[in-house]
Amino acid sequence: MTMPDIAIRVRNIGKRYRLGENLRYRTLRESWQSSFGRRNRGPKGEVLWALREISFEVKQGDIIGVIGRNGAGKSTLLKLLSRITRPTTGLVDIYGRVGSLLEVGTGFHPELSGRENIFLNGAILGMTRREVQTKFDEIVSFAEIEKFLDTPVKRYSSGMYVRLAFAVAAHLDPEILLVDEVLAVGDAQFQKKCLGKMEEASKDGRTILFVSHNMGVISQLCSTCMWLDKGEIKDIGRTHSVINSYMLNGKSELSPEITFADDPTKIVQLKRMALLDEDGNVAQKFDCDSPININFDIQVRRKLPGLYGYIGIYKPDGTEVLVSDSFDASTVNPLDNLPLGTNTFSVTLPPRTLGHGDYRIHFSMASQSAENFHVDIPGVVCGFSLDDFSSKRGNERGGFFSTLLPWRYVEN
Amino acid sequence: MSAHLEAEQVTRIRPATRWSVIDPAEVWRYRELLWMLALRDIKVRYKQTAFGVAWAILPPLMTMVVFNVLFGLLMGSEGRPTLPGVPYAISTFCALVPWQLFANTLSESGRSLVLNRALITKVYFPRIIAPLTPVLSSLFSFLIALAFLFMLITGYHLFTDYTFSIRWRLVVLPLLTLFAVLAALSLSLWFSALNAIYRDVQYALPFLIQILLFVTPVIYPAESVLRHFPDWASLLYGLNPMAGVVEGFRWCLLGSVAPDPMLMSASLVITLGLLLSGVFYFGRMESEFVDVV
Repeated sequence: MTMPDIAIRVRNIGKRYRLGENLRYRTLRESWQSSFGRRNRGPKGEVLWALREISFEVKQGDIIGVIGRNGAGKSTLLKLLSRITRPTTGLVDIYGRVGSLLEVGTGFHPELSGRENIFLNGAILGMTRREVQTKFDEIVSFAEIEKFLDTPVKRYSSGMYVRLAFAVAAHLDPEILLVDEVLAVGDAQFQKKCLGKMEEASKDGRTILFVSHNMGVISQLCSTCMWLDKGEIKDIGRTHSVINSYMLNGKSELSPEITFADDPTKIVQLKRMALLDEDGNVAQKFDCDSPININFDIQVRRKLPGLYGYIGIYKPDGTEVLVSDSFDASTVNPLDNLPLGTNTFSVTLPPRTLGHGDYRIHFSMASQSAENFHVDIPGVVCGFSLDDFSSKRGNERGGFFSTLLPWRYVEN
Repeated sequence: MSAHLEAEQVTRIRPATRWSVIDPAEVWRYRELLWMLALRDIKVRYKQTAFGVAWAILPPLMTMVVFNVLFGLLMGSEGRPTLPGVPYAISTFCALVPWQLFANTLSESGRSLVLNRALITKVYFPRIIAPLTPVLSSLFSFLIALAFLFMLITGYHLFTDYTFSIRWRLVVLPLLTLFAVLAALSLSLWFSALNAIYRDVQYALPFLIQILLFVTPVIYPAESVLRHFPDWASLLYGLNPMAGVVEGFRWCLLGSVAPDPMLMSASLVITLGLLLSGVFYFGRMESEFVDVV
């Protein structure tokens, strides 16, 4: 075999979409008008290169993560590699049996029973009937649906449905696996199962290409990482350094304040974020003994039920240090059903929480009632640095936290 | 481990060209998916219905009954357009069996790419699987309707003065069935590909099928119409491939005069022409479906 150590080879791949014309369906009348009517009226349909001049190679057994903002071309790349859509330019060679998971439960039919859907979904994912048969019991026990095997899946709870769908997908064992982050939608336990299964697969020597917004997961799973930006590879290499440059996004240092231009396509948008000290002044350097106020404005253009915010604090190498979402606040989520206009929020990081060092703040908003779950993902927005002046070791102190723990002598 | 894991598999992905064609070997590799999708359609069709599989028979049966009553009222019980010596019910149901196969395949196959949109945008498979699936599920209904036709004929044979005799020509029936399938498929390839781009097709399709029902000698035998026209008209009539199939069914089962060879060859030529061009058009458009559907 030629170059047996290469699993995926991509050369100068490009994908062009025609905007307006092709993206929405045409009616015959419109098409006749454009083919028989005058040709050169107005500019031709706008063209968008979702991917351009992409070249890379993935070795067998590698796990490569793909990161980038929304619309960077991540999904298009996955669709090209899984042959769902054809490239406009370039070529791809894939050595080995490919399995792609762009969605959990593709082709599930609500009227069919769990048993019937296992076979159907298996066939859709590319398993043979025999393969499904040999793994059938494993799939059923993994999904924990033994009792409901002959019940139509439309009567399943959403949890059962997702478990079954994932169980089938998890038992697909191709040599090369292409996975979209949609797999990570679901409850925490489900995500854990999903990631565990991927780690397991990688230990078996499978090649995995994994698209995600979650840099914590990427830095944990992947040795190599690719950063896509506006359809081009901005950086590819060791995960930690790629994530670092992704988070800095070309700047040498992240600013403690950021504002965003109006984007009317977003129902809800982060407009501004600033890191404030105790006196309400914007600051980049903090010391461990003072609180940090993450102050931000959210512009609401249409009321969105179920909206929630998500803040991730990362080290420069992509290690996820602290995560907070708007459900932390109390039993009520303060972002749910915000009124139209600008809403200001403040999230306070109490004194002596994080250890000294540099940090990046990642921000995103999502809602189950939004069209594709994600509402606004500005990504890494701000950065700050912390100095520890008051503990004995100060900036020599190791670990993630600066919390001072009480030491007491206990009388016997 | 499965057999195809052992052999090194290389997937080569290249930009689509004007001359992209469907790879028959690849379609064959996906035969199991085709089978599973057809099975899904068959199961889903009869789930949660009170009549169940009877739905394969009810539509042609009701069509036959309606026209039987209508023509009886209009033309008197002896004046219905039928073959000499054959009850109208049998002559018409015999034609409706292949007609339903054609009409069901066409109406589902013609919309198949849009109906399977969720699948097409998330998984790869040769796209021609989508229009092929309804062929199998319609064949299932066809076999049930065919069995009912034999019951109907037996009933008339036993309880009326109509006598049925089995003829050696019956062996041609599978060929005629294949012809009906190919006729439906040849149109479906064009329609499903066009429907992915122009939704007009799916609105026009039911209307087209309805008109074809009256143009095709289903509710009347061909000769009851053709005798009003000169000979060369049957060539024109043959432009509708189902005309030959339906007449062929009557010839096989009911012993009517053999269909005009002119009509049959015209049907054959037009069907093969549509099928070949359809395969090429579908192959050329295959890579674009996902971006427009």
